[in-house]
Amino acid sequence: METVKKHFFSDMGVMLGRSMRHIMRSMDTIITVCFTPIAMMLLFVYVFGGAIQTGTDNYVNYLLPGILLIAIASGISYTAYRLFLDKQRGIIERFHSMPIARSAVLWGHVLTSVVSNVISVVIIILVALIMGFRSSADVLSWLAVVGILVLFTLALTWVAAIVGLTAKSVEGATAFSYPLIFLPFISSAFVPTDSMPTVVRAFAENQPVTSIVEAIRALLSKQPVGSEIWIALAWCFGILIVSYLFAMRAFKRKV
Amino acid sequence: MGNAAISVKGLKKSYKDKEVLKSVELEVEKGSIFALLGSNGAGKTTIVRILSTLLKQDGGTAIVNGFDVASKPEGVRQSISLTGQFAAVDEILTGRENLIMIAKLRHLANPRQVADDLLKRFGLTDAADRRASTYSGGMRRRLDIAMSLIGKPQLIFLDEPTTGLDPEVRIEAWKVVKELADGGTTVFLTTQYLDEAEQLADRIAILHEGIIIANGTLDDLKKLFPPAKVEYVEKQPSLEDIFLAIIGKKEDK
Repeated sequence: METVKKHFFSDMGVMLGRSMRHIMRSMDTIITVCFTPIAMMLLFVYVFGGAIQTGTDNYVNYLLPGILLIAIASGISYTAYRLFLDKQRGIIERFHSMPIARSAVLWGHVLTSVVSNVISVVIIILVALIMGFRSSADVLSWLAVVGILVLFTLALTWVAAIVGLTAKSVEGATAFSYPLIFLPFISSAFVPTDSMPTVVRAFAENQPVTSIVEAIRALLSKQPVGSEIWIALAWCFGILIVSYLFAMRAFKRKV
Repeated sequence: MGNAAISVKGLKKSYKDKEVLKSVELEVEKGSIFALLGSNGAGKTTIVRILSTLLKQDGGTAIVNGFDVASKPEGVRQSISLTGQFAAVDEILTGRENLIMIAKLRHLANPRQVADDLLKRFGLTDAADRRASTYSGGMRRRLDIAMSLIGKPQLIFLDEPTTGLDPEVRIEAWKVVKELADGGTTVFLTTQYLDEAEQLADRIAILHEGIIIANGTLDDLKKLFPPAKVEYVEKQPSLEDIFLAIIGKKEDK
């Protein structure tokens, strides 16, 4: 048991290296998690942007938080996909019959999800900078933004883990992410909620994406974050804890 | 424990209300090849999964290399290796990367060297830097077995190692298994092919309806049947003989 514990982090590192290779060798993954959000950003800023009134002079600044959330939501669907394939192809069984900590397999996937999403978020922010994104945020605010994004990634990653471990088919393992990717559209991510019909607006204002987007936007523009950040954190932690518990249960049942 | 690599007593396992293993008793001697024979769905894989700590039994005991699978699974995992029914290789990684990955997970000193040696031994050097998804069924199986040998486990489980392989590759896989046993490794294999058990195994056990109904050497099992009758029958070559003869000729050229 001791030797297994001693090697937990190096084993997880091997798992991380493995799935990062999977990502780098999959053009499909790179296009979906990086190029699509960038294309969407270009489309909204240069095509629709002129017609959208947000009350800010710089639409890229307004749009960026929502684009980042879409990138993360599409990124985590690949975590479910990779986990599903590992389970289906017997790789997990191979690892489980070896003297390595069983959870190293799962944590390797979770860590991969965080690392790869951080990379795509950084790339998207760089492109946004070229498109005129400017932020007056100080280091502390940036750290808070990173913290919220990582927390959001972890929360959705554990949701993805449940799906990947319990799905019966590849389609099932990835389809769950479409509603997640769609959520930012029915929030304040692209347009202010004021113009929406009452029912839609009620939904938009009370779903997690709006509070997360508002919190990040406030941090980036050095506005007071108010209560939004606490609501955002509550959503992230809530989803994280519940999905972690369910994912672990699904994982143990598979073993 | 004495000379037993595996010792199983009264092993029970049910899935929901279906009793798969009723009371399995078996013993495998160290360094031998043991074949577990049974039809599809007889519970062969269930036994392998329990012995390789992937599944918990409902009752009975199983000792593998001196470790109880229920209370000392870590010890069991240190000393075994499992090759499942479907070649569990990472298709996106190359053959070499697959081997290096397992060597790292076994915490060996020189993963690269270990990989090189195994690639050579299994005739995969030329394909070493191609993705495993481009491998043929036989190459994949070889890579799979090579991955199982990393870290020199004392006991290897081969769950239906030749199911779905063509006859040529099958004979190749048999050669590998024989070499393993010659090197002192205990091999526990399951199969539904009678000739496979006949070719390879020192001892054969037949699993039927949740219990071992026969267990012994090939000669022991033959004694269970009436003595052979002498009959004169014209021996036609089987299609397998013909197939292998033609393939062999082609390769000689």
